[in-house]
Amino acid sequence: MGLKLGVPSKGRLMEKTFDWFAARGVALERARSEREYAGHVTGIDGVDLVLLSASEIPRELAAGRVHLGVTGSDLVRDKLAQWDDQVTEIEPMGFGQADLVIAVPRIWVDVDTVADLDAAAAAFRVEHGFRLRIATKYHRLVREFLRREGVADYQLVDSQGATEGTVKNRTAEAIADITSTGETLRANHLKILADGLIHRSEATLFKSRRADWSGGARETFETLKGRLGAIA
Amino acid sequence: MMLPRQDLIAESARLRAYFETAGASPVESAILQPADALLDLYGEDIRARAYVTADPLRGELMLRPDFTVPVVLDHMAGGADPARYTYSGEVFRKQENDPDRPNEYFQVGFEIFDRETPEAADAEVFALIAGALDGLPLRPATGDVGILTAVIEGLGLSLDRQRALKRHLWRPRRFRALVERFAGRRPDPPQRQALLARVASGIDVLAGAGPAIGLRSPAEIQARVERLVADAQQPFLTAGEVDILDQVTGLKDTAPAALERLHDIAVDMPALSDAVARLSRRLDALSARGIPVDSLPFEASFGRTTLEYYDGFVFGFTAPGRPDLPPVATGGRYDALTRVLGKGRSIPAVGGMIRPEVVLQLRQGAGAWG
Repeated sequence: MGLKLGVPSKGRLMEKTFDWFAARGVALERARSEREYAGHVTGIDGVDLVLLSASEIPRELAAGRVHLGVTGSDLVRDKLAQWDDQVTEIEPMGFGQADLVIAVPRIWVDVDTVADLDAAAAAFRVEHGFRLRIATKYHRLVREFLRREGVADYQLVDSQGATEGTVKNRTAEAIADITSTGETLRANHLKILADGLIHRSEATLFKSRRADWSGGARETFETLKGRLGAIA
Repeated sequence: MMLPRQDLIAESARLRAYFETAGASPVESAILQPADALLDLYGEDIRARAYVTADPLRGELMLRPDFTVPVVLDHMAGGADPARYTYSGEVFRKQENDPDRPNEYFQVGFEIFDRETPEAADAEVFALIAGALDGLPLRPATGDVGILTAVIEGLGLSLDRQRALKRHLWRPRRFRALVERFAGRRPDPPQRQALLARVASGIDVLAGAGPAIGLRSPAEIQARVERLVADAQQPFLTAGEVDILDQVTGLKDTAPAALERLHDIAVDMPALSDAVARLSRRLDALSARGIPVDSLPFEASFGRTTLEYYDGFVFGFTAPGRPDLPPVATGGRYDALTRVLGKGRSIPAVGGMIRPEVVLQLRQGAGAWG
């Protein structure tokens, strides 16, 4: 059985992943048809390429169905409970950087810190009779951050896309989302809290602790690891 | 360690019968509970700990994460007054941080709803649970959230500041940060200073701050700006006041020694007197029920990180030398909870619950099957 390497199946994340491995003498290639999610690896023996949605790679690593996987460090932390019991970080890859931040309307001149958000949430609950809503798709990361920071009187509402628009649409009062330049936040009249950085994410190569590493997979991994340090 | 289910059911039945003999009416509660009451009460944390499921017609439901809320809701919907209840059954909790802890376990509880003599009711619950656990090698712990709220009220803080501290009694880190700020030991963040400076120079801070989007209105924002301005005028807590707060929150001794200490502190802070008198009456009531109060531990901050919604007497029983086991029993007074859930009505209430699993594990460990 070969070593299964899970990589994002489309977009810039896939291209950058291919480039990163190519620079280390490992060529990942997709099948010739653009529509077929299959591929192969040259430059090293015994590695099978598995093309997956980046958001499913944490789960596949945790289940041990892939040995190695490339995905955002935010996704691994958010989707896996006790993530470091299930996967190991091998190498941050230097692309796909994005910050998971808390943002509030710019007009909230009284709210600049997480402590302000907490105080505003308390007043909001008294005024409106329900907890201040924070829209996000990163439930675990956001909840753990707010618990650590001692924020009360909020609730998370799920938002899988266009999260920056939820405040204007009145389905949330604040958001927690990833941003790289802050452009979309500004365009939606939102500002980032000064101490509202929850996680600095980056595309990262992860190793599964649950996969079956017998039958040559471990040896193949050692060979691959030897290559990763050496940029061509 | 897996325990035979029939043993657990038998132990639960024994405990429940014991509480019934003590005058409690048995109550049942549905396993599937409406999620909104629980979420509103506990906040987002309960979502991480409870199993949430969706019903196409009834909306979000939770597998019962505790009995207190359903029992209170039932009582507030038309229970006798006063009333004593007992319940037994399973509760369900996700265990993300410790795979060895069970996610489904039994609880048997006893609750008193009574407007008269709250200290006697406190003592009754504690003594009954101590009696139910008689013979097990346990260490009791007691505390009193009422003492903590009384010291906050005695510090000469504005109502806003008192409210902030009370709200964060349960989050010691945030609590500490607030105390440091109120004592002037931690400066306001630069953004706050800038905002106050602009208000002071007569600038309309909301103008040009961006379009008014979302449900939180400009009036609400303006109201908080005004509160921030007023707050900035507040005098700092003195070193002496912070010292009293530290002494009280750090108090840990036998109950009589703690009581004496609090009597002394109350001389300098009369606002503590009522709470100290309640503690004194409670110790008398416990003594009258045969509890050896001279050796009873008292810890003012007991339960501060785990027992949110208690607002008076709190207690727990743990097995020394068994950090692998959760407390065998915990409980306390929750007058404010009945007000929150009672939609305007309220009744003083106190209760506690035992975990039969832990009782059985301790009996096995002691080699003495009861």
